[in-house]
Amino acid sequence: MLDILKIRIKHGSQYVPDIRKAVVSPMFRGFPVIAKDAALPFDPELVCPSGAIGKAPVTVDLGKCVFCGDCVRLCKNNEIAFSNRHKLAADSMEKLVIKAGDSADNFEKEAVSCRKEIRKIFKRSLKFRQVSAGGCYGCELELNACGNVNFDMGRFGIEFTASPRHADGIVITGPVTKNMAYALEETYKAAAEPKIIIAAGSCAISGGVFAGSDEINRSFFTSHKVDLYIPGCPMHPLTFINGVMGLLGIGK
Amino acid sequence: MKFKHSKTNRAVRLKDVPELKISELTAEIVKACADGKRVIGFFNGPNEPDKDRVFCLLADDDASEILLASCVFSGEKKYRSMTPGLPLMHLFERELYEQAAIVPEGHPWLKPVRSGGKYDFLKGSGEETHEVAVGPVHAGVIEPGHFRFICAGEKIQHLEIMLGYQHRGVEKLLENKSGRHMPALAESIAGDTAVGHAMAYSEALEALSGAEVPRRAHVIRAIALELERAAMHAAGLSALANDVAYLMGNAVCGANRTTLINTSLLITGSRFGRGLVRPGGVTADIDAQKAGQVVKNTSDACGKIREMAEEMFSSASVMSRFQQTGVVTCQDAKAAGLTGFAARASGVSIDTRADHPSGAYVYYPVTKLTLDSGDVFARAYLRHMEMQQSAGLIKEMCESLPAGKIIDECLVLMPEAIVVSMAEGWRGGIVHAAITDKKGIISRFKVKDPSFNNWIGLALSVRGNGISDFPLCNKSFDLSYCGNDL
Repeated sequence: MLDILKIRIKHGSQYVPDIRKAVVSPMFRGFPVIAKDAALPFDPELVCPSGAIGKAPVTVDLGKCVFCGDCVRLCKNNEIAFSNRHKLAADSMEKLVIKAGDSADNFEKEAVSCRKEIRKIFKRSLKFRQVSAGGCYGCELELNACGNVNFDMGRFGIEFTASPRHADGIVITGPVTKNMAYALEETYKAAAEPKIIIAAGSCAISGGVFAGSDEINRSFFTSHKVDLYIPGCPMHPLTFINGVMGLLGIGK
Repeated sequence: MKFKHSKTNRAVRLKDVPELKISELTAEIVKACADGKRVIGFFNGPNEPDKDRVFCLLADDDASEILLASCVFSGEKKYRSMTPGLPLMHLFERELYEQAAIVPEGHPWLKPVRSGGKYDFLKGSGEETHEVAVGPVHAGVIEPGHFRFICAGEKIQHLEIMLGYQHRGVEKLLENKSGRHMPALAESIAGDTAVGHAMAYSEALEALSGAEVPRRAHVIRAIALELERAAMHAAGLSALANDVAYLMGNAVCGANRTTLINTSLLITGSRFGRGLVRPGGVTADIDAQKAGQVVKNTSDACGKIREMAEEMFSSASVMSRFQQTGVVTCQDAKAAGLTGFAARASGVSIDTRADHPSGAYVYYPVTKLTLDSGDVFARAYLRHMEMQQSAGLIKEMCESLPAGKIIDECLVLMPEAIVVSMAEGWRGGIVHAAITDKKGIISRFKVKDPSFNNWIGLALSVRGNGISDFPLCNKSFDLSYCGNDL
């Protein structure tokens, strides 16, 4: 009993006090900064594993980027450099395409608009059903981490439920394999209206490194509108939680 | 010579791999397994219009050798199945049938592996018999798979596991028609084993190109691999504690896992070590200051987890759930071809780092750890022991990093060759095999994740247990759905 108390005291307080103000290690590859008038000294098609880089003008599509850093290593004059800014979520795919001159500050202001109807219904309690449709377990592990003692998104009323019947929305990870396409659609249908859809991770947003595979079926995304896109490979828990908080208009 | 003798990470010319008749090959495989060798590959080679060449890879752990042989089918695509006498072949034969339509006649269980095709589940009969179906979508935030239990009352008589939902076509994508290397794809084979798969992939390409990877890079890779192992074992202990309602264990192991993965972030810029291992070396260095931080974080986090684990494993309520639950005997583990900590927890002493050392493990020997009760407790406690062992390895490596470069890129691959590359991922033995064509382009890439071997272990372990112990057994194996499905 005393041993347990000793451990508990040593364990201390683990939660991040202010999720909106949290800062990640400088090593973290977050918001990309593209140099003005950048001209790439390499062919991005031979370097970028997911086709995220536009050549002229230079752009980085956060919906495809897997944040591997292979491009940065070949840059000569910081044509592309990753900052450690982790608030990368956006409510449209167009907003995810970063160009020269875009700053993390502006992006964070504009990328996620709080929709009145979502805020009104879900601000204090938003339950998700997670569907892994070909996810490699990187995103799934980070989504699990969102509920751990460090990030504790439960304090904002955000939780994952076991049944889609109890959910207000689904969080999709993975490129959507052919073998999961039916289960994904049925799980989504099983949730009652109103419901929202979140595409978490580059595979969910664009197919990621699997975009060119014959084994994926992304028809779900042509028939349903996504409310929030969360870039990353995998996305950092802070990226996910801040994205959802932005959608709900919490803690602005 | 029936087999070509080679080693891990050594390219072999395709013409030097003996071609046997299929009946000869199956007889040799059976003989070799009776003699203590392990099958690590049995797959079709690159697509050819008029014939199928099937390759067989065996591991001789005692001699640290890989044995290679092949056979050709040109006409009748069938053979006498080895599975009835050698159960560990069951999934290899099913996979070969699915990938190349070569029929294993007499296979007792010829069902789909990844195709999502019709799956005939076994059925039970009797007074209290009922079926419980779970999945593909599971209760938690986890990958999909389908479990079909045949139960008599509360007791599980049999569990059938149908996977394939996560099939993304990894092997096809790794055939690099453009000549381009794809380490980022390898990192996504199983996202929780990004470093393990990136290492096996990179080492395969390096062996094919004869590249001399700087020793400093090898050690940095091993540090990242051991950090991955420690972090995932912490996650495993945390999840197991949660399942027996020992929430202190869940919280403490979970919080300290964060320290470990943030240490991976410190080194590589990714909490999962992505972007680090690339063909030719590594992309990030560990200077003296960083090395000191890595050692401090690791010993701090693993020290706290050790205290928590010792407390947890002394708790009667935890032990009564863990002990004698989900037992896999040593005999069954060998017969089923299990690998990794699940095999070691049943007394099977295999570990790629010790049996087929490559990279840094040639210079930092690893002692194989085994237990013999084969139950949930053994698999959990062994992970605790391995995590502490990894902490020690990380400290040793950080304090003796060899000087030198960290990467030496430039990989032109040997044409018409085959290479086998093995790494000990945190679940068990990862095997990558690559075959090149006459232009040096990879025309066939075979991936064997440790989960390919071990799902059958889970199915065996739950027999005779109450169905409410299934989540515990499942977490004690902690297998990858996407690693199996590719």
